[in-house]
Amino acid sequence: MSDVVIMGAAETDQLGKLPDISTLELHLQSARNALRDAGLGIEDIDGIASVSAPGPVTIAHALGITPRWVDTTSVGGASFLFHVRHAVAAIRAGHANAVLVTHGESGRSRVGAPPWAMAKDSLSGQFEFPFGVLGPPTTFSLPVMRFMKETGTTIEQLAEVAVAQRRWSSQNPRAMFQEEVTVSDVLDSRPVASPLTLLMCCLVTDGGGALVVTSREFAESRGTDHPLVSVLGTGECATTPMISQMADMTRCEQFEVSSRHALQEARMTTSDIDHLMIYDAFAHVPLFGLEDMGFVGRGEAGAFVAEGNTSPGGSLPMNTNGGGLSYTHTGMYGMFAIQEAVRQLRGEAAAQVPDVSTSLVLGNGGMFMSAATLVLGNEAAA
Amino acid sequence: MSTPPKFVPQATPETQPYWDGTAARELRIQQCVPEQHTYFYPRTSCPVCGTEEVKWVTASGRAQLHTYVISHRPAPGFTPPYVIAVVELEEGPRMMTNLVGVEPDPEHLELDMDLVVDFEARGDDVLVPVFRPADSEAAA
Ligand SMILES: [Zn+2]
Repeated sequence: MSDVVIMGAAETDQLGKLPDISTLELHLQSARNALRDAGLGIEDIDGIASVSAPGPVTIAHALGITPRWVDTTSVGGASFLFHVRHAVAAIRAGHANAVLVTHGESGRSRVGAPPWAMAKDSLSGQFEFPFGVLGPPTTFSLPVMRFMKETGTTIEQLAEVAVAQRRWSSQNPRAMFQEEVTVSDVLDSRPVASPLTLLMCCLVTDGGGALVVTSREFAESRGTDHPLVSVLGTGECATTPMISQMADMTRCEQFEVSSRHALQEARMTTSDIDHLMIYDAFAHVPLFGLEDMGFVGRGEAGAFVAEGNTSPGGSLPMNTNGGGLSYTHTGMYGMFAIQEAVRQLRGEAAAQVPDVSTSLVLGNGGMFMSAATLVLGNEAAA
Repeated sequence: MSTPPKFVPQATPETQPYWDGTAARELRIQQCVPEQHTYFYPRTSCPVCGTEEVKWVTASGRAQLHTYVISHRPAPGFTPPYVIAVVELEEGPRMMTNLVGVEPDPEHLELDMDLVVDFEARGDDVLVPVFRPADSEAAA
């Protein structure tokens, strides 16, 4: 099977509050930055993938690309990991040579962004919205009480996730929040959806990122200023459109399934992974991810994080950009998790971990709705 | 000052019997005929075995508190703090709801506590199922 690589990876010039840039322009700016990073031009790109709004047709047209392969998989914030997985298959099948995956979202400023969908006759409109839910903070939070009861995880351990990620973002000048916090700071912050407090909830920002995915042969024939990052294994899974219908509110089948497939394809186990990115919309999501993927046993994730294993200097550096809790979170954070894994594997991260040769990225889509996993590696992983 | 109304759900043809049920203060759920798999939300085939041979049954209205959050942010028609919960019906399926008739305080909200269904208006002519502690006086 031919080797597929990430040849270009870049984010928008700035992240945070960007009221002067539309959703579309966030896609275009990150796409141009990724092309520049790869040393390629629009004429090199023949495949494009992005979520449904504004959509790959609009993005390709605005850039001046006429793709012969298009993917509009739109399953929440993990979509960009799905796109990478699908791009790998397309490149191996000969359906595309070089694929551009773009993300841009005016999550905070809502410039050129579609309105929140609130159809009264949708499933959520009938069976969730009538109960006063207000998007992710009041839905994503629902499993936490059950998770704590079933696994023995404490509220202090939940707060430790936010504490650990601030240790990373304190080393990252691009992170929105850089000041270190204590468990008390987290627990004493404003209650949002008890038991979750403000500092256990992700940011809401504007920004974007893009990737150029291609074959190793093509990348090497063109040359690049940056080390190539191999896509060693991928997986995907979807479960429920409504969090209230999770089969088990204390574990995510989709995390387990997508990661098992990705590790199998990479011929690796969790012990082969040097660096981990788990989509952290809220503080409990990394705990689910650590347990469901088998990095730790059932009920062990809280203590694992509290003991510093995922912090700087720990055995399993996790969310090293500061994550959605402290780095940035546009609403569909998955692209930023991939970007940080690429930076770590290139040796270009702000809070660089020594000797990273493999990185696993777990994306979450919607409120525990879908997941995709990428196992990435650099030359040293070969 | 008038507050904006709570979100009003709208039936589709497939879910209409459910909403006809709540209007009659009954919680109707579905069951497949061959295997008696009971499920929620309403749909035209059984998600366990795939059969399209399904029927409506009336749930007992008894449930247990599976998990919850206390929302501290204002939502249309709701005065924070209020409780958003997932309950497990006696028949097995789970559903999202609100808890009523109980203080929105963890001290009064023990997981797996017994609940009973009640119905609350959304808009002019829709009732949605909400739940209250089984040991509280039936009211409303
Ligand atoms: Zn059945």
